[in-house]
Amino acid sequence: MPDTPGKNAIEVRGVRKVFGTGEAQVAALDTVSVSIRENEFFTLLGPSGCGKTTLLRLIAGFDFPSEGEILLYGSDIAPLPPFKRPVNTVFQSYALFPHMTVAENIGFGLEMLGKPRAEIDARVAEMLKLVRMEKLAKRRTSQISGGQQQRVALARALAPQPKVLLLDEPLSALDYKLRKEMQIELKRLQHETGITFIFVTHDQEEALTMSDRIAVMSSGKILQVGSAREIYDRPAVRFVADFIGETNFLDASIDSIDGGKAKVTLKSGATISATVADGFKPDGDATVVIRPEHAKAVKGTGDISGVVENVVYFGTDTHVHVRLDDGETFTVRQQNTRGAMMEFERGERVGIVIGDDAAQILKD
Amino acid sequence: MATAAEIEKQAEAREVRNRWFLSAPALIIILLAASGPLLIVLFYSFLTPGPYGDVVWKFSTEGWVSVFLERDIFDDTLSFASAHLTIFWRSLKLALMATVATLVFGFPTAYFIATRPERTRDIWLFLITIPFWTNLLIRTFAVLQVIRNEGLINTALINLGIIDQPIQMLYTDFAIMVGMVYVYLPLMVLPLYASMEKLDFRLVEAGYDLYATRWQVLKRIIFPLVRPGVVAGSILVFIPAIGAYVTPSVLGGGKNMMFANLIELQFGQGRNWPLGAALSITVMAIVMVALLVYVRNTSGSEVRHG
Repeated sequence: MPDTPGKNAIEVRGVRKVFGTGEAQVAALDTVSVSIRENEFFTLLGPSGCGKTTLLRLIAGFDFPSEGEILLYGSDIAPLPPFKRPVNTVFQSYALFPHMTVAENIGFGLEMLGKPRAEIDARVAEMLKLVRMEKLAKRRTSQISGGQQQRVALARALAPQPKVLLLDEPLSALDYKLRKEMQIELKRLQHETGITFIFVTHDQEEALTMSDRIAVMSSGKILQVGSAREIYDRPAVRFVADFIGETNFLDASIDSIDGGKAKVTLKSGATISATVADGFKPDGDATVVIRPEHAKAVKGTGDISGVVENVVYFGTDTHVHVRLDDGETFTVRQQNTRGAMMEFERGERVGIVIGDDAAQILKD
Repeated sequence: MATAAEIEKQAEAREVRNRWFLSAPALIIILLAASGPLLIVLFYSFLTPGPYGDVVWKFSTEGWVSVFLERDIFDDTLSFASAHLTIFWRSLKLALMATVATLVFGFPTAYFIATRPERTRDIWLFLITIPFWTNLLIRTFAVLQVIRNEGLINTALINLGIIDQPIQMLYTDFAIMVGMVYVYLPLMVLPLYASMEKLDFRLVEAGYDLYATRWQVLKRIIFPLVRPGVVAGSILVFIPAIGAYVTPSVLGGGKNMMFANLIELQFGQGRNWPLGAALSITVMAIVMVALLVYVRNTSGSEVRHG
């Protein structure tokens, strides 16, 4: 699904955003270009300060780009004020109007668009039903819980039927269980409304489970855009591999490269094969990344070896932290199955077998 | 052994005692400095004026009668005291206009300060309070220098060739208005700022996001949320404005009297202290009623500042 080319809802072209002047200038966004397709659940993922919220605010119209253009279905919206853009936002703090009821909040956008009362009422009722808040329509927003406020914020942003819905870390204020519920709820709403969602989060798990495509951002740049699977399995750069999921990094030297495959020698002397990321220019040394679940700990010798430092039980799987002979740490994740289970103890010497296709060489 | 209920009762009693103890200084000051003198004024309003001012200790309702009615000095007939009403009406009108004007000028000012970076806000607030450093009389004379016939504005306009004759601004209602707006503006700006500072500007962004234009955001979001500040500022300006004395006497001249000047007249040249006292109580009662109506109508259950 992610790779079927469709119409682009949003196209960001060479956008730069600089805050401050002179010496104190900070580029919050450094020449970012990205296309977001119609009807997709697109996530901007990155640590705080990476520019993801800045990009969202530029699309919403709260800030204006220093350079570049932002196209909404082909027309440049960058110079338009927010109230002239058919784009709505779900704010991190929800930003519900405290002097209005739930229903008044939801109807506000339609009212401002000058819709007739009857249409507003019908649409508000429809929205209340969509987010399952019918019973609380007359309540003030201060009299409902955080999860309910979240639903009202969603309904309020969806009511005017925006072309694109922007969500600025909307789940970060909710507790774990409610967050899980809202993740499913958001997916359902996106599916039912068919509206393009642009979702900002720093939570990689949230990004992986919800998104059609993810853009990983760092220091004002987009490092990689792809489906959850692509981002996780084929990270383009070291930052992406490190930020998404857990990863082991090993220093190695490249022996030979043949197409997308390379033979590398690890510090331990073991030679393994590794996939080479696109655009990699070999210069002898390289960092090899291996996901913890793609390696296996064995009693005896493997490609590399070390001493078990810690064994952490997670229910579905067990993490074995190994101190390698060269001093590096390496984590192996084994799935827990009933019966045949390899048990390791702290201090035990183990070998680590790196499976074919498990290792990758990345640009730093 | 004391039961839990008894302990709770004791704690409550202690709480009540503490509350009285803490509010005692304020209560004593209010009793001595406000309620006491007010009672004396009320008492004086029912006495007979003395020949050289002051009062004679003899009960009389003449003071109160004279508030509303005029006794003809020749045939003792009573007629409606229209002069008092004219002066009261002018006071009310000017005070209301000054309140509205300070709101119109103060609102953008307060909004401007509230939207500055936190570090510079204090500087702006400081600038707003600078006029308080100077005596009211001196500030009023400064306004006089600006608007009198040979003043700054008229001289400039004549020199620029825009007018031939100076515009008469001094000794008009306009002059009083200008003076009051200048003097009372900080009293409007400060409570407005206090309200706006608490305003969550993300709500303003949310308003823009939901297709509200700037004017609609102001009307539907900012204004309702800062209404407590508007109410407080209006009261703070309206009360001293309706009782203004210095401003109308310096800028309004003898003709454009306001209520406070009328009261002063009774205690001075008029030598009619009971009438002055009755007029004072009357204006106080009217202001109180007006404020009660205003507060009830503006700070309904709808406003819940969070």
